[in-house]
Amino acid sequence: MPSPEVMKWVRTRFMPHIWCPGCGHGVIMHSLIRALVSLDADPKSTVVASGIGCSSRMAGYINACTLHSTHGRSLAFATGIKMHKPELTVVNVMGDGDCTAIGGNHFIHACRRNIDITAIVMNNNIYGMTGGQASPTTPFGAFATTTPYGAIDPTFDICKLAEGAGASYVARTTIANPRQAEQFIANGIKNKGFSVIEIVTHCHTQFGRKNNRRLPIENYKFFRENSIPLAVAKEKTPEELAGKIICGEFVTRDKPEYTAQYQKFVIDKAQGKGE
Amino acid sequence: MAEAKNVAFWQGNTAMAHGALAAGCNFFGGYPITPSTEIAEVMAEELPKKGGHFMQMEDEIGGIAAAIGASIAGAKALTATSGPGFSLKQENLGLAYIAEIPIVVVDVMRGGPSTGTPTKISQGDVMQARWGTHGDHATICYSPSSVQECYDLAIKAFNNAERFRQPVLILGDEVVGHMREKVVTQDPAKLKLVNRVKPSVKPEEFTPYKPNPATGVPEMAAFGDGYSWHVTGLTTNEWGFPTNDNAEIEKKNLRLLSKVDRARDEIVEFEAESMEGASVVIVAYGSVGRSALRAVRDARKEGIAAGFFRPITLWPFPDKELLKAAQGAKTIIVPELNCGQMVLEVERAFKGHSDVQPLNLVNGELFKPSEILKKIKEVA
Repeated sequence: MPSPEVMKWVRTRFMPHIWCPGCGHGVIMHSLIRALVSLDADPKSTVVASGIGCSSRMAGYINACTLHSTHGRSLAFATGIKMHKPELTVVNVMGDGDCTAIGGNHFIHACRRNIDITAIVMNNNIYGMTGGQASPTTPFGAFATTTPYGAIDPTFDICKLAEGAGASYVARTTIANPRQAEQFIANGIKNKGFSVIEIVTHCHTQFGRKNNRRLPIENYKFFRENSIPLAVAKEKTPEELAGKIICGEFVTRDKPEYTAQYQKFVIDKAQGKGE
Repeated sequence: MAEAKNVAFWQGNTAMAHGALAAGCNFFGGYPITPSTEIAEVMAEELPKKGGHFMQMEDEIGGIAAAIGASIAGAKALTATSGPGFSLKQENLGLAYIAEIPIVVVDVMRGGPSTGTPTKISQGDVMQARWGTHGDHATICYSPSSVQECYDLAIKAFNNAERFRQPVLILGDEVVGHMREKVVTQDPAKLKLVNRVKPSVKPEEFTPYKPNPATGVPEMAAFGDGYSWHVTGLTTNEWGFPTNDNAEIEKKNLRLLSKVDRARDEIVEFEAESMEGASVVIVAYGSVGRSALRAVRDARKEGIAAGFFRPITLWPFPDKELLKAAQGAKTIIVPELNCGQMVLEVERAFKGHSDVQPLNLVNGELFKPSEILKKIKEVA
């Protein structure tokens, strides 16, 4: 049972939630709330924005300033919120389709700006809410309702994408390691810049039923058996890492943050202040 | 010569930007597109001077999304675009309607469909302005026909967006957007500005979508104001929770329309001239209104009983005002730079009681007054 501090962040009025029994999204929500509690965050100055899909429902369940926006666009909405009120803590939750397919453009540009938003990507390798269609992270050969012969599209590596596009904090873990998820989310929120935390999770209902991971526990075991810490992965060959989930903090770098840059180089300049 | 501080010589796009600023706009989200880009350019320069934010987003969709986000955080937000961008913005426009988020959207119309004729005028987006986003919604849409109106209507657009908690549209066109005229500006300190009604109750008692019985509009807290609430594109109950309850769904859908309908008479605006005893009435809007007015005056000089009626709000459409003003008119002519869009509204207003005739031009040019006068003479 979650602690009373955690339950203060839960909109019990919104219950029951829509997630399937055993869904990993609840583990991620709990990790996020624990991270917020550990940082002593205030729900009234914390924003949780989301797009569309199972992941997006998390915003409604969290007792904060929450926005359930349109598919793929949540980072653009969150950007408007953060620009107008930089003092708010802004967390953005997305699914893999939300983030890397329809919202891919907003994702790379939020990374590029390095705006102080923490993006949590719940990667379950499938479009769950619409019934199990392939996403940009569906592995080669995996079955989905739109890949009845197995997926052939190469997948995105979300963390590499975020790093290449300019995010200042990038990390990955799985729902089988919720304490690490909590720690990475907290580190992401603390980072003054754009933070990306990919949390690999499962959709046993839609992905699992077609790919021999029908039960939540099978997915949990799969993540435990196939996760490799970043430090260990560095010693391995690409062949040894095939199909493995590398977990750890990939990027922690100091970069100018966008709202501060806008204040310093645009507003102050326009108003004749500063140097 | 004394310098007149409240007089400017601007193009329409610049006037719209300054009107927005006078109305208290402090956020712009957008993307470059012809022929509306000057609005973004003015905002990029002016907003930071007053501590506001200009965001050139990664695309048109992001532009309106950022504007809506800023409004949720308490900003008065603007986005501006043209046809292709207006198409791209439609989904998020719908979110602003259902979640009741005030924003102003400018569409400076150019030729379509698709890329069409980016530097030429058209009025091809008027039905898109009314129905472009899916689902029912109440449209408030202004159509300026002079640079002065670009300025004045931008202020009204913000005031009504705040009053009704919904998007308000300004449909400019390439001609009114780019032509230069004298504008008399207002002292923002003396302007009557409307601001969204903030919650009158404590955070724990706040019911985000409970309407004020008198207006049908709920109070709105900004993120960061001390109220934690949920904004969603799903149909919700008064608590802002998604609902599948038939009665709640119907109530929400109907309220989105009724909050504007009940104030319809206060929103509707039009301009009319020589309507008394007119047997031929020209109904024209936007830049075409200028050619039409000249044509009507020329016709009067020639002894033809012509009248001029220009809707300033395309929606709500001034149907009963038109019907009243055009009583006894034999023929109504609706010149438009499309193949017949607003003529459908005019036909709806008259319900077959008068002969309503379209006059269409889709070659990328504005009507010459003589072209409208020729049509007047044909039917007179």
